Amino acid sequence: MELGIDLGPHAAFIVSAYGFAVLIVTAMTAWIVVDHRRQARSLAELEARGATRRSERTARVSGESMPGT
Amino acid sequence: MALIDLANPSRFRALADRVLPWLGVATVVAFAFGLKQAYFAPDDYQQGATVKIMFVHVPAAWLGMMAWGLMSLAALGTLVWRHPLADVAAKTAAPLGAAFTLLCLVTGSLWGRPMWGTYWVWDARLTSELVLFLMYLGVIALWRTIDDPGRAARAAAVLTLVGALDLPIIKFSVDWWNTLHQPASVFRVGGSTIDASLLMPLLIMAIAFTLLFFTLHLAAMRNEIMRRRVRTLLMMQADAAGGR
Repeated sequence: MELGIDLGPHAAFIVSAYGFAVLIVTAMTAWIVVDHRRQARSLAELEARGATRRSERTARVSGESMPGT
Repeated sequence: MALIDLANPSRFRALADRVLPWLGVATVVAFAFGLKQAYFAPDDYQQGATVKIMFVHVPAAWLGMMAWGLMSLAALGTLVWRHPLADVAAKTAAPLGAAFTLLCLVTGSLWGRPMWGTYWVWDARLTSELVLFLMYLGVIALWRTIDDPGRAARAAAVLTLVGALDLPIIKFSVDWWNTLHQPASVFRVGGSTIDASLLMPLLIMAIAFTLLFFTLHLAAMRNEIMRRRVRTLLMMQADAAGGR
């Protein structure tokens, strides 16, 4: 297996280990990115329909900033 | 911003938005440096080039255990202090911990085959690490089984604290039992037994993987906060529609 260095007789095991690491890191990152997009879209749709928490509506009426969830 | 302000999920989310790009860049830089060091690291006199597998395997093992340790602290936060972000932290750390533990198990097997002549052996270190992976799956299943996040958090917290008993078993298994797995060689009384030319890439890769964990964990926590906000708003809409 040619990688610019000689990995010896067990090169396939070394390349497989790094390949699996890339797979795991990519899967974790993709899961989080896709989930973020999905949650952001759901929140935007709900807020566009006027859905807010009661505490936020009260704060908006009284002109305060509301740090709720 | 005072530390107590971070207990507020919206403020935490705003902080995550600001910190994540920097953490992401630091992770990429650390991996670039670590992989370069790993690439040019000399062969071990016994393991040959397979020592390069250790630069992935060892950090993955540490992070698999660290994630459970973090979940245990968060479990205390849930059960004792009822901290609003504690169960968010625990829930989002579980899949990441499971992934790192799986990475540890698979890369360990890939190293074991050429070095020990077998992919797997039921010795105490390998078995206790497998138990950790199965416990991660159990906690993830528990979170998915119970709809109410509060109830799920308390059940998962109890399971997490009981499961924390596995951490010292993993760590000291190589001392308490006669195992095929080698004893501690980095963090041990009397200092590391690894040559500096191999220890440096190992530590830099460990830093890179740790930065990756915190980047992904922070991003996953932000997602979970958003998911809970969506859930709250949907329930309020359903209540409003029902009250009409």
